[in-house]
Amino acid sequence: MASAAHAMETKKTGTQGLATLGVALLLAVAGYSALFVAPTEATMGLIQRIFYFHVPFGWSAFVAFFISFLCSIGYLRSRAPKWDWLAVSSAEVGVPFVTVLLITGPIWAHPVWGIWWTWDARLTSTFVLWVLYVCYLLLRTLIDEPERRAVVSAVFGIFAAFDVPLVYFSIWFFRTQHPQPVIGAGGSLDPRMRDVLLLCWAATLGLLALLLRQRYRLEALRYEVECLRLESDRRGPGPQGFATVSNPGRSG
Amino acid sequence: MQADSASHARGGLGLQFIEFAKRYGARFALRGVSLAIAPGECVALVGPNGSGKTTLLKAAALLIRPTAGRVQFCSASAKGTGPNTNDDSCVIKRYIGFVSHSTLLYDDLTAEENLVLFARLYGLDAPDDRARAALDPAGLAARHKDLVRNFSRGMRQRLAIARALLAGPKLLLLDEPSTGLDRSGHQWLGAALANLAAAGSTVLMSTHGAGQASACVTRAIRLLGGSIAEDSAVCGDPRAMLAAALAAHQEA
Amino acid sequence: MALGRPIGILLAKELRTEFRTRELLVSTLVFVLIVLVLFSFTFDPTTAESRRFGPGLLWLALLFAGSLMLHPSFTREQSNDTLVALRLAPIEPVSIVAAKILANFCFLLVAELVLLPVFAALYNLRLLPVLGRLVAVLVLGTLALSIVGTVFAAISSQARMRELLLPLLLLPLLTPALVASVEATAGLFEDRPALPAVWVGVLAAFDTIFLTVTWLFGEYLLEE
Repeated sequence: MASAAHAMETKKTGTQGLATLGVALLLAVAGYSALFVAPTEATMGLIQRIFYFHVPFGWSAFVAFFISFLCSIGYLRSRAPKWDWLAVSSAEVGVPFVTVLLITGPIWAHPVWGIWWTWDARLTSTFVLWVLYVCYLLLRTLIDEPERRAVVSAVFGIFAAFDVPLVYFSIWFFRTQHPQPVIGAGGSLDPRMRDVLLLCWAATLGLLALLLRQRYRLEALRYEVECLRLESDRRGPGPQGFATVSNPGRSG
Repeated sequence: MQADSASHARGGLGLQFIEFAKRYGARFALRGVSLAIAPGECVALVGPNGSGKTTLLKAAALLIRPTAGRVQFCSASAKGTGPNTNDDSCVIKRYIGFVSHSTLLYDDLTAEENLVLFARLYGLDAPDDRARAALDPAGLAARHKDLVRNFSRGMRQRLAIARALLAGPKLLLLDEPSTGLDRSGHQWLGAALANLAAAGSTVLMSTHGAGQASACVTRAIRLLGGSIAEDSAVCGDPRAMLAAALAAHQEA
Repeated sequence: MALGRPIGILLAKELRTEFRTRELLVSTLVFVLIVLVLFSFTFDPTTAESRRFGPGLLWLALLFAGSLMLHPSFTREQSNDTLVALRLAPIEPVSIVAAKILANFCFLLVAELVLLPVFAALYNLRLLPVLGRLVAVLVLGTLALSIVGTVFAAISSQARMRELLLPLLLLPLLTPALVASVEATAGLFEDRPALPAVWVGVLAAFDTIFLTVTWLFGEYLLEE
């Protein structure tokens, strides 16, 4: 029994190592193609290559926050702790992704527009998005009882998710009414650029999945430790480790 | 349970805990309690602090969501036991009176306003008359226009009990109801409980074992660490258990 | 059970308690006045500038006031566990939240109506020709503030550092409502006053969305 569990654990670690390796490889290939394969943009030059990281991290952050939103609803409906774990994991991975977005943005903007930060619509609303989810994580640190924390932060997460489209619309509309630095209009993307962009997006999505999985497992382990501690409390003082072996039916 | 026509009929509300567990963070307040209380019983809960008495009472009042298990109700008149859907709980709550550790009263309202507010919320006819009729036996008629803020501890406790009795509960839950009461208060509470018992209502109260309130007790249950340690319905004498609880309390 | 009846009963309770102590109303009024006066030191309020900055100042002051003053609406219920008493009652839990939203809406709106003439006088704005439309904007914007403010007061009352937490949670989330209210109000103080339909639409959408979300998920906040 114990050896079977051990074997499974080893197998898990094995696939995990493989997944990590795969994502690392993907990121390396994506980085290489962004720097050397994609053609240099005509007006902005080399600095434009930051685009291949900037945009995919943004898209992946949105995916992460959307997962967090769905999991918050899932938690309130089912009350299964795993939804809460996934909600916090994806928010916690999404925030650094948006941070990358907010850092690479000014790095790109400075040589092109001549300033680090413009109160441009997209910048401002992304900043608000970042603040919203930082507040979500902050809220979680301020509630100790796990069930309360899960419920309350799920409600906040749902509010935040519904707020995001409103933030983007209102700020976009607000800024387009006012004078603003003209940003290079979209136009069509060179097919090679598009392919590299999609590759980079796939790489960041892989990174997202990997981090999400790790973070989720951490949360699950924490929960398991707590359950085991409760279980051994219940059995009273006894031989250490005895409780952990003989608990086939752990009650949630 | 139907919104029965027998709503004003006499008879108590029985309840049954099925493997009811409640966990607060790393602590189990109740560990899978199974317990059936028949309509009309008067049950005393004894046990040291933190043994789960208050949590059990709150569970019976449908105030907490169980970590596992559930609580069911059955009435003496209509044999209706239903799952706790929201519609059901609204019907059942109508018949439950609760005296909590806190007063559950608004300090910024007068005694009368407090009772009128709850009479309205419970959908009682002629709320003003009901409130006045409830204040008189509690010995608060003379102070009915005073803010609760200015009441003494004993008077607040009387008003809290009057609030719980207001809607004519079929199940009365009391958490250490004699706290702060003087001698006449004890007598009034004892008489009120005797009246309810005569009308067939179910009573479940936590107690140290002293006072007139314990006079009508027909069954005693001792809790320890969130589980039932002793139940006089299984074996034992309720009087002896109350006396033991009183001794333990005075020793502490 | 119908929602209207318990909401009415609880709203009457909230109004009665508030008008007995007048804590919320008076402190909101004084706070907004102080902010408006302090703002006047940061630029010259008599010039044409005031027309550009005035609406923004007013709404920022209201928002800050709301994020500080809405806090007691749930902590007040904690002193004697009166929230438990309400949850014991045979009513839908969401009606407790709804009554609090309505009550806070009334308090804030009353405060605003008192402040409006003062604001107009301080910042040299012509109120009368646009009064009706201005009240409409105030109603929509204040509703947004009270919905989210009340729900987040319920959230922050369950956390540590609650006084600080409410503004932190509330202000970023209200960004769209702030932008829309300010722009709608500013439109009314242009040379040729007009109510910008888009911003009224944003406010209406904000109110509708968050009322629905509160209706769907608000009751979970009251559990224990």
